[in-house]
Amino acid sequence: MKEKEGKAMEKHSAGQENKLVEIVFSGDLDKALAAFVIATGAAAMGMDVVMFFTFWGTPLLRDKKKKVGGKDLMGKMFGAMLPKGVSKLKLSKMNMGGMGTAMMKSLMKKKNVASLEDMLALAAEMDVRIFICEMSMDLMGFKREEMIDYPNLTFCGVAKMLEEAQNSKVQFFI
Amino acid sequence: MSADMKVDKVMDLKGMPCPMPVVKVSKGIKDVEVGQVIEAHTTDPGSLADFPAWARTSGNEILKTDQTGDVIKFYIKRKV
Repeated sequence: MKEKEGKAMEKHSAGQENKLVEIVFSGDLDKALAAFVIATGAAAMGMDVVMFFTFWGTPLLRDKKKKVGGKDLMGKMFGAMLPKGVSKLKLSKMNMGGMGTAMMKSLMKKKNVASLEDMLALAAEMDVRIFICEMSMDLMGFKREEMIDYPNLTFCGVAKMLEEAQNSKVQFFI
Repeated sequence: MSADMKVDKVMDLKGMPCPMPVVKVSKGIKDVEVGQVIEAHTTDPGSLADFPAWARTSGNEILKTDQTGDVIKFYIKRKV
């Protein structure tokens, strides 16, 4: 039994890379900020970083300047109700009809905390890879043409993310 | 600059909160050669724990840490 466990452990630890895989499930400003701080921090520590955006995290990657037509009613509804890019996110708590979010943003500016727009650019600069969940996009009616231009962007499913997660030392779900 | 140490690059990271000091220093250290030393100034108290952690993980060495008032000075040797 012990031997078996040992072997399983060995198999598990073999091929572990200095890599972080983050699943960004939330679409809230605070949680997205945490996700980007951790991702860029990990890249600074020399880690290979993958951010997998799924469900409420998916609209973060919409480009506010891009417009696409040809959506059905549900697609249009989701499109209108969900944030169009990182600049439109709200706090998960104390939003207070947008007032809390505005206050937090001005506080972030005052305290020199990087905005999500800056963090996204920084992530690109540091070779952080971004995966977008194809199923979430399909569910919410998002099209590839309306997503951001990002140097290392992959549209994929759960298997691609798991392949990366399997040989990574650290995994986060945010 | 410290009298007993040759510094090849000085980085002013004052006023920057997490994660910027570590992000900037990880980029800045690539501007000097292996064996050379950079001096980084921060005001983020978290960097007292973060810089040594970053150095251990990235394989660089913190030679000295000085704290005067709010300003923390790190002397970091590029090793990789």
